[in-house]
Amino acid sequence: MVCPEVVAGIKNIFPAFEALSVALPYPDEIRVKVARQFFKDTCLALHKGLSSPVAVLFASDERKDTAKFVVNCAFVNLKKSQWVIVSMDVSEDALYFDSLAKNIHSASLFEREIWEMFGIEPKGSPDLRRLRLHDEVYPKGNYPLRKDFRQIQAGNLSDYKFNKVEGTGVFEVPVGPVHAGIIGPGHFRFSVAGEPIINLETRLGFAHRGVEKLFEGRNCFEALRLAECVSGDASFAHSLAFAQAVEKISGVLIPKQAVYLRAIFLELERMYNHVNDIGAMALDVGFSFPSAYASVIKEAILQLNDKLAASRYLKQVNTVGGVVKDLDEPKKKMLLDSFKGIKHDFNELVNILYSSVSFMDRVDTTGALRRKTAEGLGVVGLIARSSGVPADLREYFPAFSAVYKEAKFKIATEESGDVLARLKVRIAEFKESSRLVEEFTGKLAEGRQINIHPELKGGSALGYVEGWRGPVLYWLATDAAGLIRRCKIVDPSFLNWQGLSYAVLGNIIPDFPLCNKSFGLSYSGGDL
Amino acid sequence: MLQILRNRILKGLLSRHIEPGLTGKIEPLGLELKSLIQKKFSRSLHIRYLDSGSCGACESEIISANNPIYDLQRFGVSFVASPRHADALLVTGPVSKNMLIALKKTYDSMPEAKFVITCGDCALDGGPFKGSYYIEGAVKNILPTALHIPGCPPSPLDIIQALLMFLRK
Repeated sequence: MVCPEVVAGIKNIFPAFEALSVALPYPDEIRVKVARQFFKDTCLALHKGLSSPVAVLFASDERKDTAKFVVNCAFVNLKKSQWVIVSMDVSEDALYFDSLAKNIHSASLFEREIWEMFGIEPKGSPDLRRLRLHDEVYPKGNYPLRKDFRQIQAGNLSDYKFNKVEGTGVFEVPVGPVHAGIIGPGHFRFSVAGEPIINLETRLGFAHRGVEKLFEGRNCFEALRLAECVSGDASFAHSLAFAQAVEKISGVLIPKQAVYLRAIFLELERMYNHVNDIGAMALDVGFSFPSAYASVIKEAILQLNDKLAASRYLKQVNTVGGVVKDLDEPKKKMLLDSFKGIKHDFNELVNILYSSVSFMDRVDTTGALRRKTAEGLGVVGLIARSSGVPADLREYFPAFSAVYKEAKFKIATEESGDVLARLKVRIAEFKESSRLVEEFTGKLAEGRQINIHPELKGGSALGYVEGWRGPVLYWLATDAAGLIRRCKIVDPSFLNWQGLSYAVLGNIIPDFPLCNKSFGLSYSGGDL
Repeated sequence: MLQILRNRILKGLLSRHIEPGLTGKIEPLGLELKSLIQKKFSRSLHIRYLDSGSCGACESEIISANNPIYDLQRFGVSFVASPRHADALLVTGPVSKNMLIALKKTYDSMPEAKFVITCGDCALDGGPFKGSYYIEGAVKNILPTALHIPGCPPSPLDIIQALLMFLRK
């Protein structure tokens, strides 16, 4: 029997549990296969036992081999540094499964996704509206992630039904998808009674490009370039999560030097994005000097990226089996020299913000997301940490992050969950990242191997990395030739957008941009 | 306040001196536009930005082009909040099906004379998303496009050089 403690844990809560199989293909991944009638209760037991939200719930079309669809649901066990993936078969003549959404809120978005992409119905779900394939432009009955989908067939179009808030003096303010600033597309519908927002419904999907389908059939090296374009400001985190999935399947152990280099680039990406968001928060309360100051720091880091890796957004740095850009002595010296200026400027920026009473007044207690709400919604990453949830894959998953443990990585959390808390977490993480980069740079040695040529194998695995927004997950299934059969991507933005809808409640619309920037979410990452 | 002033003085002037390096690809288009702008826009160009489903990198670089280092505004180019105030529409992304209506409506609400600039490889032909079931691809098939800024993403310098071509005499 593999993993008896996991089975015992499930049985403890769900005594009738019976698994078709339990496997441990990788030390950090447990796979539990169950019959359809046990799926829901097994998931609920894991959700309760591990106090983990649904990390990812997705389907894949295996009709070619087994004449069935497979639905997988992954939970994370932070203490054991393991992912538990429950799966079941769904046959073509009974395309449904029992919905988890009423019991686990974080499953809701994923179920809607399965419904629109595969046509597998989550029975009993309170909300089956389509997420990304907008009813106004995309005909019903087309399921793009099915393998036999070739082109769009004509069908009925309809309108999207927004949740209505009714009452005397309640009115709606629709905003988007085209916004006033230089920002991505999304539609926000506020219901307000007087000044305060009493409901916000976010309608996304405007940046949907069908990325998951594009991955299918590509070889891993080509697909790595596509992973960099999923979310442009997190291109390194995405390519890293993807590369790790491939390396896991192929059993590749990358050289130590490459681990350090990946950690350095990952932290550089975190730094330029954090400082960018801090500046954007200042800008959204009309405090333009620190905003300009922050953009100068961001530019300094982007230019540093360009000099180190010949790409401002760290594209084409990762490869399957390591990295392709090494840091030699002059580059290391340049990195450490520029860091002196960057750190000094950043401290000045923080001082300017903290010494402005009016700025602090605007951010303090604004847009609070309480811990209970955050946990209930399954919010992840930086936003969860700002609401007091101490989850950071860098702390708990030492597989890639042994180097983080070695460098005594300190997780940053705040309790209050407001804009100020998110600002403080960003400041703490920026400082921690700059310390880590300096420490990792000191560990690099010249002339060491930075990548190995992998022997690609067929199989499936979950790749994951703590990007700057939170955990980026790549579920990857490849065939024997190394071509991709299914790629499921979860960007933290996908789950965190719902957190924003709750954080703004009771705040006034003029504070919405501030709340939005403090979340700093990606439209393209969530919409795929 | 004193802190802001001190930092302002210590930092000094950060803006870079930028020379428009004309590349063969964009020159013919740029020359045509240059005369248009001089005639119709009195050398001040107002741009409305629209993201039709880009990954966010182009967007980040367009914001960077407005930072104190590149400071696009000093050349008379400013980004405006409404299409009704705009001379040009700057489009990024491969045009997701969901954005098609918004893209057309935004263009329609701009006053004449107007033109469209596309930015980034996706906007040219779908770029890395070519062949997807959910993109319309090439902006030029939807709207008359006057200029394309290539790159994935184009750097702020690339963007400024492309724009400067039709603002300089």
